Amino acid sequence: MKTGNPRHAFHRRGFLKRAAAALGSSFFSPHSGSVLAQDFPGREDRLGMLVDLTRCIGCRRCEAACNQTSSLPAPEIPFGDKSVFEEKRRTNAKTYTVVNRYPNPQRVGMPVYVKTQCMHCDEPACVSACLVGALKKTPEGPVIYNADVCIGCRYCIISCPFYIPAYEYSNAFEPKVQKCFMCHDTRILKGEVPACATECPVEALTFGKRRDLLVLARSRIMENPDRYVDHIYGEREVGGTSWLYISGVPFEQLGFPGNLGTTPYPMLTREFLSFVPLVLVVWPALLGGFYLMTKRRMQEDRAESGEPKKPEQTLEA
Amino acid sequence: MLQVGRPAREWMTPFNVVAGLIVLVGLYFIVVRFSQGLASITDASDDQPWGLLLSWGLFAGVPLSASGFALGTAVYLFGMKEYHPVVRNAILIGFLGYFFAVVFLLIDLGRPWRIYYPMFVSFGPASVMFLVAWHVALYLSCQALEFSPAALEWLKLKILRRWALALTIGLTIFGVILSTLHQSALGAMFLLAPGKLHPLWYTPYLPWLFFLSSIAGGLSMVIFVGMLTQRFLKRHADAPYLASLEPISLGLGSAASITLFSYFALKVIALAHGDHWQLLSTPWGYWYLVELLGFVLLPCFLFAYASSRNNVTLVRFTAIWTIGGIILNRFNVSLIAFNWSLPDRQLFHWKELVIILSVVTIQILTYRWIASRMPVLREDQQYQSE
Ligand code: SF4
Ligand code: SF4
Repeated sequence: MKTGNPRHAFHRRGFLKRAAAALGSSFFSPHSGSVLAQDFPGREDRLGMLVDLTRCIGCRRCEAACNQTSSLPAPEIPFGDKSVFEEKRRTNAKTYTVVNRYPNPQRVGMPVYVKTQCMHCDEPACVSACLVGALKKTPEGPVIYNADVCIGCRYCIISCPFYIPAYEYSNAFEPKVQKCFMCHDTRILKGEVPACATECPVEALTFGKRRDLLVLARSRIMENPDRYVDHIYGEREVGGTSWLYISGVPFEQLGFPGNLGTTPYPMLTREFLSFVPLVLVVWPALLGGFYLMTKRRMQEDRAESGEPKKPEQTLEA
Repeated sequence: MLQVGRPAREWMTPFNVVAGLIVLVGLYFIVVRFSQGLASITDASDDQPWGLLLSWGLFAGVPLSASGFALGTAVYLFGMKEYHPVVRNAILIGFLGYFFAVVFLLIDLGRPWRIYYPMFVSFGPASVMFLVAWHVALYLSCQALEFSPAALEWLKLKILRRWALALTIGLTIFGVILSTLHQSALGAMFLLAPGKLHPLWYTPYLPWLFFLSSIAGGLSMVIFVGMLTQRFLKRHADAPYLASLEPISLGLGSAASITLFSYFALKVIALAHGDHWQLLSTPWGYWYLVELLGFVLLPCFLFAYASSRNNVTLVRFTAIWTIGGIILNRFNVSLIAFNWSLPDRQLFHWKELVIILSVVTIQILTYRWIASRMPVLREDQQYQSE
């Protein structure tokens, strides 16, 4: 990553450019705001993961594999212990992925297990929230994080529609945002498959190019229309995500955030940001105009009242 | 020794003693926060990453500090000379408000020692918060300069003062631009959380609602603090200032009334735009109506009524009410109606409240220190003729 070292990241020209951007002028230029929807930089053959919820048996081996490969602290309840399913869990600073159990309304006694982690959105809310660019969508697909520049504002956590990123609130000196990075540095860059997918004993997780995964998901649904609901979660949600899910039970019944819409989140603030240059141009002209009118009026008042005209005198004194 | 002893005893007023105690406890918790992490003093969680510190310090603190830009515009750009006596006070209130907003931010950021990163190290220009960071930093400097003539008069630095004064118009215009953008940007930040903020509060109009209400907040603060100065800092004020306070309060009251009316209208438009009428008959809807009718429409009428009857007391009461309404609105958006659909939420930890009390006390003491030394509530004798 270019921003890997903050010391190298400081270039004078870059600074001036960003200062201009901060003031809004960059919105005039066609090259700015690359996070905006039209210029989505994702590669055609970016990677993804397909989760087939009809296959998952809730063994939690993906959780264990993730824990190990990401060097996270050992969990309080061991991975083999099924009692964790009594409560719904969410990802946290020590757990990048969790499997939850949901009742299956169609086949009682055959619960549905749902693995949750960062969805690696194509146009992530978290990335557009970050004011220092600590979060990045890589061309390969994963959304990664650079702790060297993160200031800990936690706006990324506010913005994530899937309630994924977590923060190390008990860490006073080096608190970090924590979430699944899809094994980007540890495995994907080496050409390996993410740890969770390698450990899954029933191939509930399929790793591959997102394009191919969509074809695979569609063919599974088509071949077994009774087994699946006709919905690939993540195909269009919030503009598309790298992780895709297919299921036999409607997703709303499985704790997936419903009605997120298909608008990429960065679009939600786009209109506001595009208004910025307008204010920058119109306000000074308008206010300056008002000021000149005022000044003239005061001078005229003064002239009428017979005072000597002092052109350099302004209102401020 | 006697000479030292007497001022010390004079200093031990009940107010100062209580203030000192609050400050000490708060400072202790701040030390705890910096040695053990945010979890030791806040109820922040992965679902609710922001809490009372930001709701108060940033989201409520910044709109209530719009006083400087509102009065600066009226006096310097529109030439409303009759408001001139309070303009310095308005700028001081604004400056301290922003300064302490940054203090709260420093307490709440995970790594506050990196607060300058968005300006110098690493950039996220597509983030609304990037805009907020830059603008708050620039506006804080802008207000420091705007207030500097008072400090320079106090320090008797004549030439510097002249230079600083020459900047007034430029700074005022720059300040209005920055204020328009970051007051609204604070609202725009929540545009990124449509599923989390209750639909009655989530609207694409959030930025403009935040901007409009900040003007009402800033004006109310000038009325309110003006009242306090009349009561507690009288001996540091001059006769023209004191004489002008009541007519100015009446004038600001009617301005606030108009602002609140536009704010109310825009809130209704936003409601219609979202077509959320049916939500009004839910408990969240009742709460929304409390805010809309009790803290926007009511003060709007009260201001109008009070200023038409020349009732300064009622204007002042309404100003306090409006300040409460702005705080309520920002708390609703950033805390209460945020994540409304999640079960068992903790809104805040009592230690956060103590820290806030402590920082606010420091803010008041700082204000008193400045206002009782520098020519804020009075004109410096030397420059009176100008
Ligand atoms: S799921 Fe959340 S954390 Fe993951 S990329 Fe999307 S917005 Fe970011
Ligand atoms: S907490 Fe860090 S990663 Fe998240 S938005 Fe703030 S600076 Fe960016």
